[in-house]
Amino acid sequence: MAMKGEDIAAMIQEALPDAQVEMIDLAGDNNHWKAVIVSKAFSGLNRVRQHQLVYAALKGKMDGANGELHALALETKAPS
Amino acid sequence: MDVKERISKTVSDNDVVLFMKGTPVFPQCGFSSTVVQVFDYLGVNYESVNVLEDMEIRQGIKDYNNWPTIPQVFVKGEFIGGCDIVREMFESGELRTMLTEKGVETTA
Repeated sequence: MAMKGEDIAAMIQEALPDAQVEMIDLAGDNNHWKAVIVSKAFSGLNRVRQHQLVYAALKGKMDGANGELHALALETKAPS
Repeated sequence: MDVKERISKTVSDNDVVLFMKGTPVFPQCGFSSTVVQVFDYLGVNYESVNVLEDMEIRQGIKDYNNWPTIPQVFVKGEFIGGCDIVREMFESGELRTMLTEKGVETTA
């Protein structure tokens, strides 16, 4: 089952309220997403920790067979 | 050995380890395929683990790193990240620099 881009963005923003989230539909099928996320929460964290924050915000929806999201690419950065 | 010990041993016995879906010759997911292409381009020798052939590892590696997706890359025992991080580091040149700094040979 797929998730809508706006629903993914809403979950990220719930956990990281200052986040600017841009959703890119990679395949034009409303199913393969890339999220570009800018948040102060990422300041000083390496990329692994930044992505872990996003995965935590998505509360298990990335978890393979049980998750709804199987294709979400991430690009994270702190505001410059 | 439990699954955590098996993963620990694999990542400490090999300089570079890629946990992936499929094999380097026949990747079975686009994200895994991307990492294979990056390693081939740089000429990195690496050990690969096909998680589709080992359900214990498939779940275990997610728990090991608190990381829900595959592929996952380790260099000298350290978790580097998944496909997006590896690609970003490759494109910026950081990946080659990091491998060199850690004493991993790149032949390309």
